[in-house]
Amino acid sequence: MNSEVIAGAQANAAPLIKSGDGAVADRTFFVAVWACGACVLALVGLIVYELITKSRLSWQAFGLGFFFRSEWDPVNDQFGALPFVYGTLVSSLVALIIAVPLAVGVAVFITEMSPRWLRGPLAFTTELLAAIPSVIYGLWAIFVLVPLLRQDVQPALGKYFGWTGLFTGPPYGIGMLAAGVILAIMVIPIISSITREVMTAVPQQQREAVLALGATRWEMIRTGVLRNARIGIVGGIILGLGRALGETMAVTMVIGNRPEISHSLFAPGYTMASVIANEFSEATGDLYLSSLVEVGLALFIVTIIVNMLAQVLVWSVTRGMPARSRG
Amino acid sequence: MGVGIQVDKLNAWFGKTQALYDISINVSANHATAVIGPSGCGKSTFVRCLNRMHETIPEARAAGRVRIGDIDVYNGTSAVQIRRRIGMVFQKPNPFPTMSIYDNVAAGLKLNGFRNRKQLDEIVQRSLTYAALFDEVKDTMHKKSGASLSGGQQQRLCIARALAVEPEVLLMDEPCSALDPISTGKIEELIFQLKEKFTIVIVTHNMQQASRVAEFTGFFLLGKLIEYDKTEKIFTNPSDKRTEDYITGRFG
Amino acid sequence: MACLRGAVAETANSSSGVPPISLVRRITDVFVTCSAAAAVLLVLLPLAAIFAYLVYKGIGSINWAFLTQLPKPVGESGGGMANAIAGSVYILLIASMLGVPVGIGAGIYLSEYGRNNFGNLIRFTADVLNGVPSIIVGIVAYGLVVLTQGHFSALAGGVALAIMMIPTISRTTEEMLLLVPQAIREAAYGLGVARWRTTLSITLKTASSGVITGVMLAFARVAGETAPLLFTAFGNQYWNWKLNQPTAALSLQIFNYAISPFDEWHRQAWAGALILIILIVLSISAVRVAAGRGMLKGVG
Repeated sequence: MNSEVIAGAQANAAPLIKSGDGAVADRTFFVAVWACGACVLALVGLIVYELITKSRLSWQAFGLGFFFRSEWDPVNDQFGALPFVYGTLVSSLVALIIAVPLAVGVAVFITEMSPRWLRGPLAFTTELLAAIPSVIYGLWAIFVLVPLLRQDVQPALGKYFGWTGLFTGPPYGIGMLAAGVILAIMVIPIISSITREVMTAVPQQQREAVLALGATRWEMIRTGVLRNARIGIVGGIILGLGRALGETMAVTMVIGNRPEISHSLFAPGYTMASVIANEFSEATGDLYLSSLVEVGLALFIVTIIVNMLAQVLVWSVTRGMPARSRG
Repeated sequence: MGVGIQVDKLNAWFGKTQALYDISINVSANHATAVIGPSGCGKSTFVRCLNRMHETIPEARAAGRVRIGDIDVYNGTSAVQIRRRIGMVFQKPNPFPTMSIYDNVAAGLKLNGFRNRKQLDEIVQRSLTYAALFDEVKDTMHKKSGASLSGGQQQRLCIARALAVEPEVLLMDEPCSALDPISTGKIEELIFQLKEKFTIVIVTHNMQQASRVAEFTGFFLLGKLIEYDKTEKIFTNPSDKRTEDYITGRFG
Repeated sequence: MACLRGAVAETANSSSGVPPISLVRRITDVFVTCSAAAAVLLVLLPLAAIFAYLVYKGIGSINWAFLTQLPKPVGESGGGMANAIAGSVYILLIASMLGVPVGIGAGIYLSEYGRNNFGNLIRFTADVLNGVPSIIVGIVAYGLVVLTQGHFSALAGGVALAIMMIPTISRTTEEMLLLVPQAIREAAYGLGVARWRTTLSITLKTASSGVITGVMLAFARVAGETAPLLFTAFGNQYWNWKLNQPTAALSLQIFNYAISPFDEWHRQAWAGALILIILIVLSISAVRVAAGRGMLKGVG
């Protein structure tokens, strides 16, 4: 060891670092990041405040009955949101009916059946669906999906299933069915990815236990995995529902934007998000605007409740918390 | 030159659980003092109280008097200032992963506003030399990251980093327990050299190591200091029966 | 697992007394496997179709004129979306300048100071904020900015998008910061580095590539948003660089052209959509590059 170099150091001199201990800076920093965190709270508070105050006019005019009336007549200042509620619910329901079997099927395939090398690419491409903006889905839906529905799918549905009452009326292409289909495509990635997550969270022992009893692969999946992950899968579906309820652009572009209630899926309709998108910037008159905001308030409340429910269900299965670093 | 440490009735808690009971000890300047004891006896906690690292754990606190040289650790100076006068080396080497070797060593200075490039170069070279690492890294210290070194080298890097701020005391919390025997040997050799300039307190669960490097040893058990004396005496003729039981391996 | 099944099947003809798997069960198993595979194909089909159509219908219309010219009036052919592309960049820049610092700041709070009930409240609220439909965010930005300024504006659009970025960025920042081992922070504290300096120069620096990933993901998510811009930025047929005037945006332009009755505009809508998806894919790829980059950085 070079003791000559060691000897060259100073002995017990004044400390090298002359700067302060940063107590003031610490406090300032804390306040700054605390404020950023509080900002999140403030934003939600702001949203609630804006929605409530700006919808007051129409709440006073129509009360709770607002959501049970069908008349949407801006000229005569008569507003009723039932067609939009109906449209939102039906389009979301159709979307889920189509999306859930497909999404769960994809998730099951990727998690349990696909060869290992295929898993990553498949998962990636399903996630890619989630990255496509809504307006591009809408664009594709208008020019590719709708003609397809109009020319091939709807005539066939009308011919064979028209007796149900769901597939009657002229096959415009544009309408509730188109909205349901494009919504389905858009929510599949969410449902599929949550399903995959909760299925992977099921411990390997569960699978092995069932297999050891002589089960086929499907039986193993059904009793060893899906049964255990069931709550989380429901959570994923509800999360998909939440997404479908709030979806605006793609739906607006293909649903027909007519405030009507019809039993047929071929008929045009209107959703809560679409009416706001279409009419907000042109709304003349305070009552008109207020009614639209009230529709927005209802949409907000419903999506919040649905999303919270979904979070609780998914958390209970995955105990999803970010990795801790302590110790 | 190093300074002595006087500890008077030091108590420490984790939340409601008390971990140290009335520890009083005088650590001699420019010597190495070992702190030994079975797992959970409070030796790490004790050492971490000396540079007020103990209070970085949420709900942890300490009370008592600790004087290091002329500084009163718990009364009057901020924890940040204290820690610049006392260096610490941890059990698992923890170099900063985003920094080069040079920057790692200079970190204690640069992060506190030290800017003089030429002086930094000198200090880094000196610290790496103290830590017996300079020859191995002098060509690559600006390019290679701190995390690219081997375990033993990383720990010597951490020692260099601690020494760069020119502390008077160096605290070492089981510095070799994650290392292989050869690296351990190198670091023990280092401690021998460093004793001339610094006061060293080393926590170890390896009694042979204590007898190799330290002139004084303190034996802790269940949060209390049972015996503190010259290492030779502790290991050949301890005064307290509990110390003897631990030394001879009856427990721990 | 396959061996187990094979073994059971093998004993079908032996005299060991283990019953064979019935035909029904085996057929069900195969049927389900095929259905799941079919589901995958059915789901990948629209994905492929969308990308195929974007390229097929859009690529022909992307030329220098398209990228540099302003839209032409109705009925005239030609023109481009230059102002829409520029406008989108402008609005996203405003959104990032507002949303990224607040999001990262909130993430730092949650990770370093927020392991308590207040922090839990913020986490919960951030998740709530994430689920708010984008059109509602548009309404709020309208009330907050447009009504105050008296015009539709780029600022309003930026505010709306920033509101959408904040919850995502804060949660990913928190997650990435929590991954930094406590030992690294302790090393800095042990050197007498103040807490704020440790958090910024050590903890955040160490987690930087993950944090950047989170920011870019949030960016890519809002880049394609249309609904919140409908009555904030509103759109513009000309250039605009002022903060308080309506501004064109790529997504808005695509929407307006797509629902118009003009073939010429439909053609341009496809081209615009192709450009938009390219920009988004580029953002996401930039994420992968940032994540893979070397970690050697100097001290702050």
